[in-house]
Amino acid sequence: MYLGKMSTIEFEGFISTEIMRNSSLFFIYITSGIVLLSLLLVHASVSESARQVNLEEKAALVKILKLTDLCLFTEARYTRNLSQADLNTAFQDHPLSLEHFPSGSFTQPPQRTGERP
Amino acid sequence: MRHWIEKQRYIIDFTLSSLLRRKVKNIGLLALYTLIVFILASTMFFTYSIKKEASLILKDSPEIVVQKIVAGRHDLFPVNYIDTIKKIRGVASVESRLWGYYYDSLVGANYTLLTPPRNGSFTDTGKSTAKTTVVDSESTDNAKPLFELNGAVLEPGTLIIGNGIARLRAIGTGDYMPFLAFDGNVLNFKIAGVLSSQSELVSSDLMLINEEDFRKLFGIDNSYVTDVTVAVNNPGEIAMVASKIKKRLPQARPIIRDEILRTYDSIFNWRGGMMIVIFSAAVLAFVIFAWDKASGLSAGERREIGILKAVGWETSDVIQMKFWEGAIISLTAFFTGVILAYIHVFFTGSIVFEPALKGWSSLYPNFKLTPFINLEQLTTLFFLTVVPYTVATIVPIWRAATIDPDSAMRFTGE
Repeated sequence: MYLGKMSTIEFEGFISTEIMRNSSLFFIYITSGIVLLSLLLVHASVSESARQVNLEEKAALVKILKLTDLCLFTEARYTRNLSQADLNTAFQDHPLSLEHFPSGSFTQPPQRTGERP
Repeated sequence: MRHWIEKQRYIIDFTLSSLLRRKVKNIGLLALYTLIVFILASTMFFTYSIKKEASLILKDSPEIVVQKIVAGRHDLFPVNYIDTIKKIRGVASVESRLWGYYYDSLVGANYTLLTPPRNGSFTDTGKSTAKTTVVDSESTDNAKPLFELNGAVLEPGTLIIGNGIARLRAIGTGDYMPFLAFDGNVLNFKIAGVLSSQSELVSSDLMLINEEDFRKLFGIDNSYVTDVTVAVNNPGEIAMVASKIKKRLPQARPIIRDEILRTYDSIFNWRGGMMIVIFSAAVLAFVIFAWDKASGLSAGERREIGILKAVGWETSDVIQMKFWEGAIISLTAFFTGVILAYIHVFFTGSIVFEPALKGWSSLYPNFKLTPFINLEQLTTLFFLTVVPYTVATIVPIWRAATIDPDSAMRFTGE
């Protein structure tokens, strides 16, 4: 099978000091991608343990102040405390007043347990 | 084995040269593909991390919160309802909460004002010394120590504010903040402390205020609170106690901890408006990719295959070449997209999503998410992005690779 002229100089190894084959460049890229991704996984694992104290601080604040929600969307009262919102948030101000805050597009009404209203 | 590796390397060399011959088309394809992986990976990392963080932070939120509903709206909770709840078997304690919102027209921001428990204290190390057995309004004892934050005591006329408010208003400990009370009077509060920037995800817009000041500001009578929290002796009976509260107080709306946690489990769900737009765009782009590949080859590609077969390439070699073509593009897009997504979500604070997340709010928390990612997420992403494209590249090649080289080369239109 004829594979054409791949490069002017062929080497035993993947990397040449003068001309690098396309396949070598590709493998170097993929290897560095795998190494970088593995490093990011290590970073994620290390950060998770390092930020444990911070998570505990937030959990302690929730416990002592009896908080119920994350401070994600402060634009409306029913988006600030999502779990405490009225059951009719989509018609907050008027039966024809549909949800108009952008954060409404990220959230859904709190799910209810079957046995309770 | 060595021979096989060398052969694959030659095929990759040839495939890359072939891809570079159609530079503009393939770089455009790669950029678009990387963008799709980036958006999908960013969405996956962000939603998973925020859900996981919410579940860890809110695990100690109140077991049951009881609101009063009037005409479908959250109303003030009469203090005398507390005794009714206390009499229910299984209830360990009932505590009232006083909280509300204040709109600051100066900066167009909503603050959450909250009265902390009288005998609680909090330090930034994450260790609270809270004693959680108090604070029924009816039994409020003025002799109890006040709330403390890192040694700063919340006395009457003072506030402890969240870091988001301090940043927005450019104020800090010792400064004064004016508030317009319900009766038109202006009340000035001194800032006794600022909650740490590390806790912004729960406290950015929070203002801790003394109970008397809260009532004075909003004109709420002593016989009312905002809502109450109920602690239950046996965690297995939370739902049962909640249904009993509903039976005894038909106007009450109990919200159990499980519901709070599920609210944040369903946030950023794929069914949400914005998420469905992102996913639809990604799916549509993949359909276009697959359609482009599956609908057949261009005349140039057919001629190339014809020539390769004429010079001695076998059908299997052509298929291998096309496999590598798909793999090179999809693997490059996958690694670039995922690495950029990680940097985007965990190093830049999701800068691309920020305008959408901020919405109309002028006060938005500055928070760094804890990177909760694992191999399972990456594997899912890999099978969602790399595999379909690579397969879609190979399938139409099978037909083209089996045609007669002579007829393939005779076709001249492109």
